[in-house]
Amino acid sequence: MKGLFNYIIAIAKGVKTLVDGMRVTGYYFVRPKLIVTQQYPENRDTLKMFDRYRGEVTMPHNEKNEHRCTGCGICELNCPNGSIEIISKSIEVDGKKKRIIDKHIYHLAMCTMCNLCVKSCPSNALAMGQKFEHAVWDRSKLTKVLNQPGSQIMQDIKE
Amino acid sequence: MAFSIYDFNTLTSSIHHSLSQHLSPTGVMVAEWTLIGISFLLFVAVFGLFLVYLERKVCAFFQQRLGPMRVGPWGLLQTIADFIKLLMKELILPNRADKFLYNLAPYIVITVTFMAIAVIPFAKGLQALDFDIGVFYVTAVSSLGVIGILLAGWSSNNKFSLIGAMRSGAQIISYELSVGMALITMIIFAGTMQISGIVEAQRAGWFIYTGHIPAIIAFFVFVIAGTAETNRGPFDLAEAESELTAGFHTEYSGIKFAFFFLAEYVNLFIVAAMATTLFLGGWMPLHFGHWVGFNHAMDFIPPIFWFFSKVMAVIFLIMWFKWTFPRLRVDQILVLEWKFLLPINLVNILLMTLIVLKKWHF
Repeated sequence: MKGLFNYIIAIAKGVKTLVDGMRVTGYYFVRPKLIVTQQYPENRDTLKMFDRYRGEVTMPHNEKNEHRCTGCGICELNCPNGSIEIISKSIEVDGKKKRIIDKHIYHLAMCTMCNLCVKSCPSNALAMGQKFEHAVWDRSKLTKVLNQPGSQIMQDIKE
Repeated sequence: MAFSIYDFNTLTSSIHHSLSQHLSPTGVMVAEWTLIGISFLLFVAVFGLFLVYLERKVCAFFQQRLGPMRVGPWGLLQTIADFIKLLMKELILPNRADKFLYNLAPYIVITVTFMAIAVIPFAKGLQALDFDIGVFYVTAVSSLGVIGILLAGWSSNNKFSLIGAMRSGAQIISYELSVGMALITMIIFAGTMQISGIVEAQRAGWFIYTGHIPAIIAFFVFVIAGTAETNRGPFDLAEAESELTAGFHTEYSGIKFAFFFLAEYVNLFIVAAMATTLFLGGWMPLHFGHWVGFNHAMDFIPPIFWFFSKVMAVIFLIMWFKWTFPRLRVDQILVLEWKFLLPINLVNILLMTLIVLKKWHF
């Protein structure tokens, strides 16, 4: 008798779990607003990538065309696959020799978006951009110079 | 050609009359057979493709996706494009496969589907075959499909195919029992195996209502076992993608694969149509006891519309199963059948017999 009772309890529990599962999927079925699919080429104008999306390494410049890069080369050392090359130059400021960045070269084709350069930069000069449409016809276009021409280092950055 | 959408007997008899004026009796018979064959071919192709589209859309909405959207508005032409692609593909014969059986298997599967679809009552007078043993015929014919699946698995010379086919064999042979028992329950209640008779007996009320508790239990057992018989999820371990690549049709390509695929979806339709016919009143409109006005309004909706809306409801239920539950293991499938569905079914038959004898039904 106890066996029969347990058998019926097992069936009832099984049916309950099945109904629970079907309630979850049914909830999604009747709420099309929850659909996460992006209709990509059509919604290109309105599509906004998430803040945490890593599309490319960028160097933010302010409105006076100033960046925060000191040319120290830590990002180049930390890059696991050699996507970053730092070319620095020397200038004389107040009679003292000073090393500043000449070109911050970034090879997008080699980058794995690991974020190590952004993490390791002591002066927060680098950031991850959200742009993801990187297709080009010429491979050389994937090699970028991140510091804009004629840009200066911000005054408040300590060496 | 005068015909009314409420009674297709008018259409068939007018076709018969106009054919008899021009042809001999034998010619009339051959012409009618051809017409029926062509209409079933068209129906299977169109409805099969539609079901594939529906499945992809329903599945997508269950998983918070959109499904096919590119080909045609809302991706409506997607399955047609897929079908054209399949037609143009190369037919590959695996090395050291049993050529004759390999080519025979898809034809057996699709033939069985056509044989089963012949007794489906689409509307009043719209039924190709009306046996006095119609329900028995469906169970007999639908169990032939497993031969095609076993042949496909055996002749492909591929271990995945063979494992899939053997699993499918074990599963179909087990679940056939439950399908048969659920049908027997309803045959006891209806008192006839003739499908038109069963539909006619539900004029006053659908069996799922008039047969109350045992009919509801039999309905759910039938839907579960029917899902297993068509090798659909959560019982799709015959073609378990993650374990067996594609099971028995791994080695098939092109139109032969399309046959398996189409047969699977039309079998889904057949299970849903049998559930509709036996439990949900076939093409009978929804009637409530003495609500004369309501009943009269329901009568205005054509029977074929009633039939297809009920079938669609059952198909949606089966798709809901598929896209909610994870796939069962082999032992779990057999436990579900032999330890749960079969005892429940046997008790259910006794209960139904008691209700019929005591006249406790509505």
